[in-house]
Amino acid sequence: MIIIAIITLGIIGAAGAALLYVTSKKFEVVEDPRIAQVQSVLPGANCGGCGYPGCSGFASACVKATSLDGMLCPVGGAPVMAKVASILGMEAEAAEPKIAVVRCNGTCQARPRTNVYDGTKSCAIASTLYGGETGCSFGCLGYGDCVKACSFDAIHINPQTGLPEVDEDRCTSCGACVKACPKNIIELRKKGPKSRRIFVSCVNKDKGAVARKACSNACIGCGKCAKECPFGAITVENNVAYIDFTKCRMCRKCVAVCPTGAIHELNFPPRKEAPAAPKPAAAPKPTPVAPETSKPATAVTPKPEATTQAAPAAEPENKKANE
Amino acid sequence: MRTFRIGGIHPPENKLSAGKKITALAAPKQVIIPLSQHIGAPAQAVVKKGDMVKVGTLLAKVGGFVSANIHSSVSGKVNKIDNAIDASGYRRPAVFIDVEGDEWEETIDRSETLVKECNLSAKEIIDKIAAAGVVGMGGATFPTQVKLMPPPGSKAEIVIVNAVECEPYLTADHSLMLAKGEQILVGVTILMKAVGVNRAVIGIENNKPDAIAHMQKLAAQYPGVEIMPLKVKYPQGGEKQLIDAVIGKQVKSGALPISAGAIVQNVGTVYAVYEAVQKNKPLFERVVTVTGKAVKEPSNFLVRMGTPISVLIEAAGGMPENTGKIIGGGPMMGKALISAEVPVCKGSSGILLMTKEESVRKPMHDCIRCAKCVSACPMGLNPAFLMKATVYQNWEMAEKENIQDCIECGSCSYTCPAYRPLLDNIRVGKAKVMGIIRARKK
Amino acid sequence: MENSLYISPSPHIHGGDSISKNMYGVLIALVPAFLVSLYFFGLGALIVTATSVVACVLFEYLIQKFLMKKEPTICDGSAALTGVLLAFNLPSNLPIWIILIGALAAIGIGKMSFGGLGNNIFNPALVGRVFLLISFPAQMTTWPLVDALNAFPMTYTDAETGATVLSLMNEGALTQLPSYTDMFLGCKGGSLGEVSAIALLLGFAFMLWKKIITWHIPVAVIVTVFVFTGIMHLVNPAQYASPLIHILSGGLLLGAIFMATDYVTSPMTKNGMLIYGVGIGLLTSIIRLFGSYPEGMSFAILIMNALTPLINTYVKPNHFGGK
Repeated sequence: MIIIAIITLGIIGAAGAALLYVTSKKFEVVEDPRIAQVQSVLPGANCGGCGYPGCSGFASACVKATSLDGMLCPVGGAPVMAKVASILGMEAEAAEPKIAVVRCNGTCQARPRTNVYDGTKSCAIASTLYGGETGCSFGCLGYGDCVKACSFDAIHINPQTGLPEVDEDRCTSCGACVKACPKNIIELRKKGPKSRRIFVSCVNKDKGAVARKACSNACIGCGKCAKECPFGAITVENNVAYIDFTKCRMCRKCVAVCPTGAIHELNFPPRKEAPAAPKPAAAPKPTPVAPETSKPATAVTPKPEATTQAAPAAEPENKKANE
Repeated sequence: MRTFRIGGIHPPENKLSAGKKITALAAPKQVIIPLSQHIGAPAQAVVKKGDMVKVGTLLAKVGGFVSANIHSSVSGKVNKIDNAIDASGYRRPAVFIDVEGDEWEETIDRSETLVKECNLSAKEIIDKIAAAGVVGMGGATFPTQVKLMPPPGSKAEIVIVNAVECEPYLTADHSLMLAKGEQILVGVTILMKAVGVNRAVIGIENNKPDAIAHMQKLAAQYPGVEIMPLKVKYPQGGEKQLIDAVIGKQVKSGALPISAGAIVQNVGTVYAVYEAVQKNKPLFERVVTVTGKAVKEPSNFLVRMGTPISVLIEAAGGMPENTGKIIGGGPMMGKALISAEVPVCKGSSGILLMTKEESVRKPMHDCIRCAKCVSACPMGLNPAFLMKATVYQNWEMAEKENIQDCIECGSCSYTCPAYRPLLDNIRVGKAKVMGIIRARKK
Repeated sequence: MENSLYISPSPHIHGGDSISKNMYGVLIALVPAFLVSLYFFGLGALIVTATSVVACVLFEYLIQKFLMKKEPTICDGSAALTGVLLAFNLPSNLPIWIILIGALAAIGIGKMSFGGLGNNIFNPALVGRVFLLISFPAQMTTWPLVDALNAFPMTYTDAETGATVLSLMNEGALTQLPSYTDMFLGCKGGSLGEVSAIALLLGFAFMLWKKIITWHIPVAVIVTVFVFTGIMHLVNPAQYASPLIHILSGGLLLGAIFMATDYVTSPMTKNGMLIYGVGIGLLTSIIRLFGSYPEGMSFAILIMNALTPLINTYVKPNHFGGK
């Protein structure tokens, strides 16, 4: 009896093994071993910031690509891309570190509400319906689609201003928030030396008077900044100024002349005091309506010290992912 | 009695202004005439600041294949061409005209006499309709001349006139049928000639027995035109639903109504066609219902385009104290307006004022999968699932589940016992998926 | 701000239906069955039902408040409904402590562990019932004797016990079955809510009238059981009881009308509902006729509950214009 059992089970086992062998050979997926290699140096966050479905998608795209131009892992940045390039024997494109910038400073005080939105709290939904709860139909709606889109917990709505603020330490410039924002307010800009950067914090294309009526912090398209700029970095189009960050040299002259304080400078040392320590901004103040230009520096500077200190908590994770 | 076969709901009708005669409102001091009152490309302004215009003067000409002419509704001086908030909720270009007198273009036949004869060819009729800037007046505002020129290879067999007015509250079409029944029937014969068919059906929901009786009496003299009473069910006024109800054919997903051999026109559009072809009158005024539970005198007004809706509300007894929401259109598919200064335009079938209590939505709960939305959906979709697909941004899944077929009728949100904003989400998902489909076709 | 307008996407009106309306509607539909159970089982029925309802509501409240830390939603009536349905599936002489365990299993395991109403996979009341059936088979399968003349008996756990129709059938004692009239009115042994067919059908009619449920699931279940047991009866009338007895006995009607139609755990499309109903009918018949358990309704519903997501994935609503 035992022998029969052993024999039958043995035959079944052997048949199964044979079947498995045949199928595994027949349906074997041949994968370029370099894909696995590339994937091993990628952060593994699967954020999709590169534009491919996760890190494995990016890895196979890198392997297939003939050159690495335009391929960038926004999380790992240049060091990771250099590793990828060395695996594939290609040149990595030198990428400048970027960061998401919110180009709206229509705080609750600056931008009075004219109606109450009672629909689903989502920017995408509200923006298909109408211009928004305030007179400005270009500005931030404040329902936080960008916050939901961020995989790195790097952007949050400040309840006081109703505007999103980017956590510089966590932002990987993956661009998810840029895609999520239906108003195209968020832009990826050059991070700048010591994180210093200057940008027009407004995208309102309405004429000056209309824009100003809707929001006291709006860019009114007066063009003073463009005239002031010694490097020709500022253009005014459709009643709104834009600073080309590739040309901007951080002279801060435009900030001084802006009558509405729509141009923001971030992480610069205070103008008059000599010490270069970044000034801890208290609760973000709305920029005064009057052309008081002395210190709009901290107008909506979204960087209270607290967040910087809170950041290290998430830091190890990122580090780990990078290794 | 016939109706469409899938889904549908029965919201309370609340036709407060039913039976009210149409009152013509005088032109206001200033009109704001938006340059995009239709689906498609905005019209290109042909007047400039300071120009004197008459009633019926062309203000802007078509800005593309799918576009429509826009005419002045008043006589006076062009004050400026500037952005103004319109029913879309955004600032868009509009012509501001300061009203002076009421002088009409000479070509317009202002007499009340009925002109039955129409000796024009199909091409001439369509050209006249295009010149008059007629668009679908049920709310979709699709340029009529485009609809009358079916793509090559398709042949119309029937003209269906949409007179169901399935939206609660609204009575503009109803009052128009009672007042201008004869003209509408002439308009139908013109449309039949324009598309070369010999059968037309006017579908009317049987909650308007007076209109049905009136139209049936008149229609006896017009061979080929049939009045079809339909069982009351929302959204019967949806193009595909109406075709299903009237001829029992379901238009395939993504196909045009012409694939079922049908051309559907709103009854207001038919009247505008009559005026355009027989009276040379461009589309610059329309019937608007002003209604709401708190409105003193719910009424049907004949209004010049560009009149701020505050003027209409004033004429209906003034803005009620506790108005919480102004809706352009009906309560199911209308748009909430952000101010009472929004101008009336070609697609404004009604102004509905809701009280604060009626306006506020209730908080939503988790989906309990009761499937009431599935039963209500007139397109045979699964709204609960589509909302989920949109929230998780799973566009492939949404497309597979035919999110692009949603007609945005709102039956799902209306029915949901958990107050889930199903349509809010589906609408966004639909736009996204349609974008993906378009991009793929390129 | 008081006078600003509300803006929301369409539709701007709501039908006025709500979760609680539906839940209380089902509870009202269960009243006739409860009255019948009071008549036949008296004090026991009252104690069991009251204990079960109070326990379910209390457990839901405690779990939501202290474990899930969110606003309790006990007022929507779903916990009370679970309590009533659980009670209706229990013998009227069940000790209180067992009922409490059942309620905890129903609410805690069956409902809250999935995230509360709307997220559970299995019918909570049935989870509780099956939990008790497996844990306490003896107590769960001894039913008090019913005497049609003795209205509202004042006995509880000390009631005289006897057999149910199904256990008689399972033992092959077809000759000792009660008359059809007794079965129809409810004068038979069994769980307290399942005895009276007429009361359950009244509830069914009420729910159809109020549009709380559609006819699809109950009718599919009943027809399937009728057909399947009918065939078996024709094959061997001596061994298999007539199909009418099967339909009137055990928890079939209670299950088909009130348990299988639970919104959360049943399919969303009409065709799906029919498949689901047929599945329940088949499984119930198979368990009853060939299984060792006399009753298979609970297991059949739970098994089909598990298949519901699959049905929802593959059975789509009839699409306008066809596929």
